[in-house]
Amino acid sequence: MEYFLQQLINGLTLGAIYGLIAIGYTMVYGIVGMINFAHGEIYMIGAFVSLVAFTILGTFAFASPVLAILIVLIAAIIFTSVYGWTVERIAYRPLRGSFRLAPLISAIGVSIFLQNYVHLLQGAKMKPLQPIVTGGFVMTGDGSFPVRITYLQIGIIVATVVLMAGFTLLIHKTKLGRAQRACEQDRKMAALLGVNVDRTISITFVMGAALAAVAGLIFTLYYGAVDFFIGFLAGLKAFTAAVLGGIGSLPGAMLGGLLIGLIEAFWSAHFPIAYKDVAVFGILVVVLIFRPTGLLGRPDVEKV
Amino acid sequence: MTALLSIERVKARYGPVEALRGVSLTVDEGEIVALIGANGAGKSTLLMTICGAPKAAEGRIVYAGQDITGTDLHDMVKLGIAQSPEGRRIFPRMTVLENLQMGAYLGDERNLSGDLERMFALFPRLAERKYQRAGTMSGGEQQMLAIGRALMSRPRLLLLDEPSLGLAPLLVAQIFATIREINRAQGVTVLLVEQNAYHALRLANRGYVLVNGEIRMSGTGQSLLDDPDIRKAYLAGGHG
Ligand SMILES: Nc1ncnc2c1ncn2[C@@H]1O[C@H](COP(=O)(O)OP(=O)(O)OP(=O)(O)O)[C@@H](O)[C@H]1O
Ligand SMILES: [Mg+2]
Repeated sequence: MEYFLQQLINGLTLGAIYGLIAIGYTMVYGIVGMINFAHGEIYMIGAFVSLVAFTILGTFAFASPVLAILIVLIAAIIFTSVYGWTVERIAYRPLRGSFRLAPLISAIGVSIFLQNYVHLLQGAKMKPLQPIVTGGFVMTGDGSFPVRITYLQIGIIVATVVLMAGFTLLIHKTKLGRAQRACEQDRKMAALLGVNVDRTISITFVMGAALAAVAGLIFTLYYGAVDFFIGFLAGLKAFTAAVLGGIGSLPGAMLGGLLIGLIEAFWSAHFPIAYKDVAVFGILVVVLIFRPTGLLGRPDVEKV
Repeated sequence: MTALLSIERVKARYGPVEALRGVSLTVDEGEIVALIGANGAGKSTLLMTICGAPKAAEGRIVYAGQDITGTDLHDMVKLGIAQSPEGRRIFPRMTVLENLQMGAYLGDERNLSGDLERMFALFPRLAERKYQRAGTMSGGEQQMLAIGRALMSRPRLLLLDEPSLGLAPLLVAQIFATIREINRAQGVTVLLVEQNAYHALRLANRGYVLVNGEIRMSGTGQSLLDDPDIRKAYLAGGHG
């Protein structure tokens, strides 16, 4: 039981990261109808900006970790937003209206470019970071197996829940969210009603990038080391999460992220860790066989 | 009287297909003008070209004294032009209320609740279905929603593409009565595309007949109704 609880906590933390990235995939897919394969790299850049920012703050012997995290968060969001916006502007917008595969290929190109760009800029080695948030407490204490939850894990889970709730509200209750959904359902009609479609798409990329920045910051804090390649597998898993939950669906992305985090944690605890990715993708295949639209995806019959 | 909308020798193409081959027409402030024509004549294309999608390949579109030929689609509402397009194009996965809110996307927030009230008074059925997903409504209800959504922007010029399509006769009469009401009570100028030539010409001050991307005939609603060629081509259904 204790062991189960411990894996649950670890899995939720990991799932939070995947879920935050997955939202970026699913929102862009919902509105633009393309898979932004460069999104994993945006996340990686978020992690790098966080690492560099923490290092800079560290040289000033910054005392308050909360304030430091806040500053780094803002820096990471600003940087990734600029990258997200620029990628859309340069690599996707000119291809809008051309054949469906074109932006996909462009996205893969951007992804390779960003990886190599960070590789050149930061080098190939893992960059470590001193732990910023330390400590935690033991939840159950019958001695045989103490269940530990760190303050960082609590922070990650709380922040993720707040962000996801906030985003859900934003999409469903605000004018911007309505415009985004309108663009998703009928772009030309949305424009006819006064929605600036190009700008709405840009905002969507920026929102996805901001969440990826949060995920990148969390990764940096949690694992304490970053390299230029982390975006690849995390991006792939988050994309898997989005598909598993039903691509285009916001709650689906969150659910998919959490499930994948949990599957990884539990698999690693009981089976050979080398096969954990096989487990993740295996479950994706099984789910897609029985529910081709994903867990919370809508069947396409509704399309008008 | 100066025209609110004046279309001058406008051509429009879809690739090699020339859908409008030099169309000229005018709509005066406060008028209802009907545009009739066979399938594929270019009626919907004309309404969309006014809004800028497709853009006019040649010619000029002047609205309220301003050349709007190259204006972007999303700037039309600001100018006071609203369209209920062909196929209704309501947002199927939004509620009725959200669809109406989208109609007022650029409007002043302070007008919203009052305008919603007016729309629900005009179409009581929409009030009953406020929180229903628009895609699950009946065809007639969707038509009301499409018109209501267009009105939410408080347009000066309303472009309606086949508002009576697929409606039961009773509802057709009701929709046309509503259009008259919108025009009389709210002073909205209407350019109306219709297959239902009899109703449309009865309602309209003036009408145009579009054939193969060209205006073939024009006149007052009554004169077109009385024209033997028009009777043969568009009123064969035996009305009146
Ligand atoms: N998106 C498009 N691409 C290519 N051709 C088009 C497109 N839309 C319309 N057309 C063509 O342009 C011509 C005019 O079409 P339009 O829809 O304007 O006719 P309409 O008068 O509205 O007909 P209907 O009464 O059937 O609605 C038709 O020949 C049609 O095939
Ligand atoms: Mg038409």
